[in-house]
Amino acid sequence: MNQLIIPLLDGTLVAATPLIFAAIGELIVERSGVLNLGVEGMMLVGAAAAFGMALHGQSPAAAICVAMIAAALMASLFALLALGLAVNQYAAGLALTISGSGLASLIGRHFGARSGTTIARVHLQGLSDLPVVGKVLFGQDPLVYLALALAVMAWWFLNRTRPGLVLRAVGEAPEAARAIGYRVLRIRYLAILTGGAMAGLAGAYLSLAYTPLWVDDMTAGRGWIAQALVVFATWKPARVVLGAWLFGGVTVAQLFAQTFGLQIPPQFMSALPYLATIVVLVAISRNPQTLRLNTPLSLAQPFRPDH
Amino acid sequence: MIRLYLERRAVPSRVMGFVAPALAVLAMVLCAIPMLRLAGLAPLATLRVFFIEPLSSANGVSEWLLKANPLVLMGLGLMIGYRANVWNIGAEGMYTVGAICAAWMALRFADGVHHWLLAAMMLAGMLGGMLWAAIPAFLKTRLNTSEILVSLMLTYVAQLLLSWLVNGPMQDPQGLNYPQTALFSESATFSPLIAGMRLNASVFITLGAVPLAWLLLQRSFLGFQLKVSGAAPSAARYAGFAQGRLTWIALLIGGATAGLAGMFEAAGPLGQLSPVISPGYGFAAIIVAFIGRLRPVGVLLGGLLLSLLYLGGEAAQMSMNVPAAMSRSFQGLLLLCLLATDVLVDFRIRLRP
Repeated sequence: MNQLIIPLLDGTLVAATPLIFAAIGELIVERSGVLNLGVEGMMLVGAAAAFGMALHGQSPAAAICVAMIAAALMASLFALLALGLAVNQYAAGLALTISGSGLASLIGRHFGARSGTTIARVHLQGLSDLPVVGKVLFGQDPLVYLALALAVMAWWFLNRTRPGLVLRAVGEAPEAARAIGYRVLRIRYLAILTGGAMAGLAGAYLSLAYTPLWVDDMTAGRGWIAQALVVFATWKPARVVLGAWLFGGVTVAQLFAQTFGLQIPPQFMSALPYLATIVVLVAISRNPQTLRLNTPLSLAQPFRPDH
Repeated sequence: MIRLYLERRAVPSRVMGFVAPALAVLAMVLCAIPMLRLAGLAPLATLRVFFIEPLSSANGVSEWLLKANPLVLMGLGLMIGYRANVWNIGAEGMYTVGAICAAWMALRFADGVHHWLLAAMMLAGMLGGMLWAAIPAFLKTRLNTSEILVSLMLTYVAQLLLSWLVNGPMQDPQGLNYPQTALFSESATFSPLIAGMRLNASVFITLGAVPLAWLLLQRSFLGFQLKVSGAAPSAARYAGFAQGRLTWIALLIGGATAGLAGMFEAAGPLGQLSPVISPGYGFAAIIVAFIGRLRPVGVLLGGLLLSLLYLGGEAAQMSMNVPAAMSRSFQGLLLLCLLATDVLVDFRIRLRP
């Protein structure tokens, strides 16, 4: 039984990690009142940048930094359109996803089937060797812990700090926030940059740790699933983590079912994470009150300070 | 310091409505030059291969129109949705299911000559696309679920469904185990308009859909309701327009056009199904709708432009070894540029002293 449960739990934590990064980033963006549908594109650019750096012999840390910067640059392109020119945020986000996926394939065209460096798992003397829980809890790679730490930090920032309060105020009532002297666009720009860097981190995790191999469109919709997670979590960081574990579990369970030779076509199993996304979205949206009470009020509405 | 700022025009500029997309294309080309340089290619020669060479032969023009066909048709359907503020981004999935349903008809009546078969396949394609669009429509109207995420997730599901079908139930029994269906019979494929070229009569249906879309949007009460519910949702609510019905209609139109486009592709240039039946037409159609500024004639022109980008990308890949991803990057770049230049329709740039 342990041979089944341990890899399942282990795989769930790993599969959930990129989702946590991307979803926490997007959560911060959406809490500031901006909807960036470009997560998938930024993740892809991050994944390609990190993989390229790793191939050229750079350390994982350097590769991750470059991925975060690259994705944040993509995010500033979005910010230029969505904030600077106040264009439709849906369209600007979609444009970012489309150009991101093209750009990532362009960067990755020579990567071939080589693999770069990967991220080593931590090993804590004593703790990691504990039976059952040892490897799962104390033997992950550092980024698994970083994802959880960032989720906690996001919660603390949003709910326990003054800048977090300001960010939420900007998301709920930008006019009022501006009237009392806050720079709405600047705050939103910082949120978008943060979201971009987090998406880049998610992408880097995919191409460095999760599947250290370059494949075109390797995110396979994870950016969109992260987007759905934010809604599922009703814009609360703790629930993002829960949701990500749920999705990680579904992803890993279907991989296991495939290797155990269940008599179900593999395509049906592969469709499970996407179907699960729809199911959880339905579950959370069914009661209109839940969303109405939690959605940042100014979400996706362009803000144009008057002159 | 001199600073630029945007001043809202009293009325949207008609001239800019035409100038903005042209500016966007120009801006895209200007951005493309350093990108090509970085990739180690001579920019001007590459741009020539991209935009001029594909159209320098009759066959090239035939391919151009052939590729524009699904893009324009899907762009029209998406445009109607976007006008109503219904964000269907899953046209790729609806296209796939439309192609699957049409292929099922084709394979079901593979023997003999059936004059009605193409018409039946078109119907099946549209119904398939509408079926796939009905899922986000139902979930949106009944359960309040975001149509953006649902329609996109269903695209992945549709692609996996196709992969399963061509590897299993619909696989060609005589096909040496290749993941593809049997070739459609002659009754189930469009015959070429001109011998030796792949262009077929389905383009006329797309061409006919352009004025139909115009009539719907500009001359019908339904179109008026769709536009109002997109531009001013609260006004639509006060006027008593049934929002749920409009969401259904917007998504079903998008599904029908995408499904029909899938059928055109399956019964046209493809002639059978394989795991990959679209080079991202469903996503390119989003760009087509925007580059056409959400207007029917604009969508027609936008479709021709995006088709040229596809064609140029293929030509450049073959003759100059330009990576295939280049044309997808150009597509995204074009949409980014368009969103920026489109601001000029409603605003003018002013200098702040």
